[in-house]
Amino acid sequence: MVDTALIGWSRAQFALTACYHWLFVPLTLGLSVIMAVMETLYVVRKDEFWKRTARFWQKIFGINFAVGIATGIILEFEFGTNWSNYSWFVGDIFGAPLAIEGIFAFFMEATFVAVMFFGWDKVSRKFHLAATWLTGIGASISALWILVANGWMQHPVGMEFNPDTVRHEMSDFWAVVTNPVAVSKFFHSVLSGWMTGAVVVIGISCWYLLKKRDTEFARASIRVAAIVGIIGTFAVMFSGDSSAVHVAKYQPMKLAAAEGLEDGGQRAPFSIVPGIEIPGMLSLLATHDPDGYVPGINDLLEGYTAPDGTEVLSADDKMERGALALAAFKAYRENKDTDPEAAAEARKVLEENAGYFGYGYIEDKEDLVPAVGMVYWPFRIMVGLGCLLLLLMAAVLWAEYKGKIEKIRWLHIAAIVSIPLVYIAGQCGWIVAEVGRQPWAIQDLLPVNAAVSSLGAGAVMTTFFIFVAVFTLFLAIELRILVKAIRKGPEKQI
Amino acid sequence: MFGYVFLQHYWWFIISLLGGLLVFLMFVQGGNALIFLAGKNEMQRQMIVNSTGRKWEFTFTTLVTFGGAFFASFPLFYSTSFGGAFWVWVLILLTFVLQAVSYEFQTKAGNLLGTGTFRAFLTLNGCLGPLLIGTAVGTFFTGSDFTVDKAAAGDSLSPVISAWGNGWHGLEAVADIRNVLLGLAVMTLSAVLGSLYMLGNIDDDSLASNIRKHLRWISACFVLFFVAFVVSICLSEGFAVDGSGTVYMEKYKYWHNLTGMPAVLAIFLAGTLAVLYGTVKTCACRNYRRGIWWAGAGTVLAVMALFMTAGYNGTAYYPSVTDLQSSLTLSNSCSSQFTLKVMTYVSFIIPFVVAYIAYAWWSMDRKPVTREEIENTADKY
Repeated sequence: MVDTALIGWSRAQFALTACYHWLFVPLTLGLSVIMAVMETLYVVRKDEFWKRTARFWQKIFGINFAVGIATGIILEFEFGTNWSNYSWFVGDIFGAPLAIEGIFAFFMEATFVAVMFFGWDKVSRKFHLAATWLTGIGASISALWILVANGWMQHPVGMEFNPDTVRHEMSDFWAVVTNPVAVSKFFHSVLSGWMTGAVVVIGISCWYLLKKRDTEFARASIRVAAIVGIIGTFAVMFSGDSSAVHVAKYQPMKLAAAEGLEDGGQRAPFSIVPGIEIPGMLSLLATHDPDGYVPGINDLLEGYTAPDGTEVLSADDKMERGALALAAFKAYRENKDTDPEAAAEARKVLEENAGYFGYGYIEDKEDLVPAVGMVYWPFRIMVGLGCLLLLLMAAVLWAEYKGKIEKIRWLHIAAIVSIPLVYIAGQCGWIVAEVGRQPWAIQDLLPVNAAVSSLGAGAVMTTFFIFVAVFTLFLAIELRILVKAIRKGPEKQI
Repeated sequence: MFGYVFLQHYWWFIISLLGGLLVFLMFVQGGNALIFLAGKNEMQRQMIVNSTGRKWEFTFTTLVTFGGAFFASFPLFYSTSFGGAFWVWVLILLTFVLQAVSYEFQTKAGNLLGTGTFRAFLTLNGCLGPLLIGTAVGTFFTGSDFTVDKAAAGDSLSPVISAWGNGWHGLEAVADIRNVLLGLAVMTLSAVLGSLYMLGNIDDDSLASNIRKHLRWISACFVLFFVAFVVSICLSEGFAVDGSGTVYMEKYKYWHNLTGMPAVLAIFLAGTLAVLYGTVKTCACRNYRRGIWWAGAGTVLAVMALFMTAGYNGTAYYPSVTDLQSSLTLSNSCSSQFTLKVMTYVSFIIPFVVAYIAYAWWSMDRKPVTREEIENTADKY
C-alpha cells in the first residue's frame, strides 16, 4: 500500500518547487523582452539614455535570473527523485522535451546571458544586442519545451502502451509537439510573463515618479513596458479562451471543479462568485456555444449521455475497466513466455481497456474530484486580477501619452500595489492547472499514488522543509537586493 | 536507417560525451574550491570569481542536459537512481543551487548573509559537487542496492517499479572505497582544471604564483586517486551481460573491456596523457598558460572512455548488487526505438550549439581578467 503521507509530502514538495520557480520565471520572460526592446532603441537611435535604461533593467533581470535557474534544476530532477514510477512509465515521451529543452534553450540562455552581463566592453554593439535578444528567445524556447511536457501531462497524445516494457511509448513526436493543450499553454504562460515583466517595470517606475526622481527614465520605461504588457494581456486572454475549450474537452472534471458545477447541462451558467451567475456563459466559454453541454461533477461521476448521443461512462465503470486492464496486464506478463494463447487473450483485453488503465489504481471514485475550493477561487482571482491589471496598464499608458503621468499620485500607488497582484494571478493560474488535474499525474493514465517514488515519508518531509528554508532565504535575499538596487536607481553616466 | 542496438550505443556515446564535458566544465567548481586557498586578498578573490563566474552557466546547463539526456534515452536509470539514491542527488542539487545564486548575490548590497558566506557556498559547491558526482558515478562500476520489477506496475496497491534496498538511499556509496576514490579523483581533477583555466584566463602574476603553488600538490593527489581508482576497478569483478540479457559477475571485467575495445583504450590513454601533459607542462613552465586546453580536452576523452567502459562490451552500466538481474543495461533501460531515433535527429544540432558557444566563448575570453578590469568595470560580480 502506497503511504498516503508520502504522496502528500511528495506533492507538497513538487508544488513548493513549482510555485517558487514560477515566482522568478515570469519576470525573466517579460523583462527579457522589455530590456531587449530598450537596447534595440539604443542601438537604432544611438542614444546613451536607452543604454542606461536597458542596463538598469538588465541588472534587475540578473538578480532574478539566478534564483529561477536554481529552482528550475530541482524541478527537473524531482521527476526522478520523487516520481520514480512516473519517470519510467512515461519517460519515453516525457524525457524527450526535457532533453530538447537543455540542448536548444538552456545552452542558448547560458551562452548569451554571460555576453549580455559582461560583454558591454568586450563585444560589438550589434553582437551585444543579439545576445540580449537570444537570452530572451532562449528563455521562451525553454518555456516551450517544458510546456510541451506539461501539456502532455494534461492531455496525453502520440503514444501507446507497451505491456512488454511496461510503459507508454511515443508513436508520434509531431502530435506531442503540436498538442493543442501545449500550444495554448505556451502562449498563455509566456505571455503572462510579459504581463508580469510589464507590471513590475511599471510599478518600479511609478515608485520613481512618486519619489519625483529619475522621471525621464521612469516615463520611458513605462512607455515600453505598458505596450509590451497590453499586447501580452490581450494574447493571454485569447490563449485563455482556447485553454478553456481544451479543458472542457479533455479535462472536464477540472472545468467542473473550477466552476463548482455540481450538475451540468446545456446553457450552463458561469459563476462569478457563489450566488451570482451569468446564464449560459459557461457553455459559451467552454464550447463557444451558449447552448453547449457542460457536464458537472455528478454527471462525470455517475456517467451521462451528451446531446450528440455519446455515452460517457460513470466513474465506477471506468474503475472497473481499469481493474480489468490491470488484471489483463498481469495475466499477460505471467503467460507471455509460457502460454502464448492465454497471453494473446490477456493482451486483447488489455488493449480494449488500455484507455482506462490509470483508473485501475483509483480506490474510491470520490478521489477523482479535485479540491473544488482550491480550483474555484484561484480561477476567479486569476481572471479578476488579469482584468484589473489590463485596466491599470491602459490607464498608465493613457496618462503617459497625455503627459499627466507624473501628477497622478493614486496611479503611482496603484501601480506599486499591483506588483504583488500580478504574482498572485500567476500563482493562481498554475494552482488551477495543477490542482485541477488531481488525482492524475498524467490525465487518465497515471494517478499520483502510482507515480510516486518508493521513499519514506520522513525523507521527503525533511527535504520539503530544507527546500522551504532554502527557497525562502533566496527569496528574502533577492527582494532585499532588488529593493537596494531600485533605491540606488539607474546609472547616471556610463 | 538506425537499428535499435546502434541507437542504444549512440545514446550511450552521447551520455558519455556529456559526462566528459561536464567533468571538464567543473573547472568552475575547481576554481571556486580555491577561492580562499589561492585568493589571498579581496582583489585576488574577485578575480577568481569573475573568471569562473562567467562560465558557471555552462557547467550548470551541462549538468541539467546530462540529466535530461539520461531521462530521454535511459529513463529507467532516471527512475531508479534518482528515486533510489535520493540523498546523494538531493545533496548534489543543493550544492549546485547554492552556487547558482552565490555568484550573483555575493557582492550585491543587501545580500543579508555577506560576501564571505556566499563565497563559502561557492567553495562548498566547488569541493562537494565534484566529490559527490564522482562518488555517485563510482557506483556505475561497483553497484548499488536496488531491485527493479517492471511487472509490479500491475499491482494496484503498491505499483513500485524500482525499490532501493536500504534507508541510506545512496549515501552508503561511501562505504566502498572505490567510489570514494573516484569522488576524490574528480574533486582534485576539477581543482587542477580550475587552476589551469584561471592561469590562462587571469593575467595577474601574484595570483598566478599562488595558484601554481597549490597546483603541484593537488595534481599529485589527483594522479594518486585516479590511478588507485583505475587499478582497483580493473582488478575488481565487473557486471557482465550475456547475449540473452543475463547479468553475471566476471573477474577483471573492466580491464577486459579496455583491452577488448582498443578504440576506447586509445581514447582513455590519449585523454589521460593529455591531462598529464597540460598539467605537468604548466607546473614546469612558469609562463605556460594554455594547459587548460590540453587538460580539458584530455578530461573529456578520459571521462568519455570511462563511461564507455561502464556501458559497452556487454556490461551492465548501473549494476545492482542485491539482484544482479535488476541491473540496468543499455538494452533493458533505454527508451523505445522511435524515441531514440527522434532524439538522434535532435542531437544533430549539437555541433551548431557547440559552434555558437565556441564563438561567444572566444569573444568573451579574448582579453584576460585583470586587476584593472576589476577595478574599473561595473560589469562584474
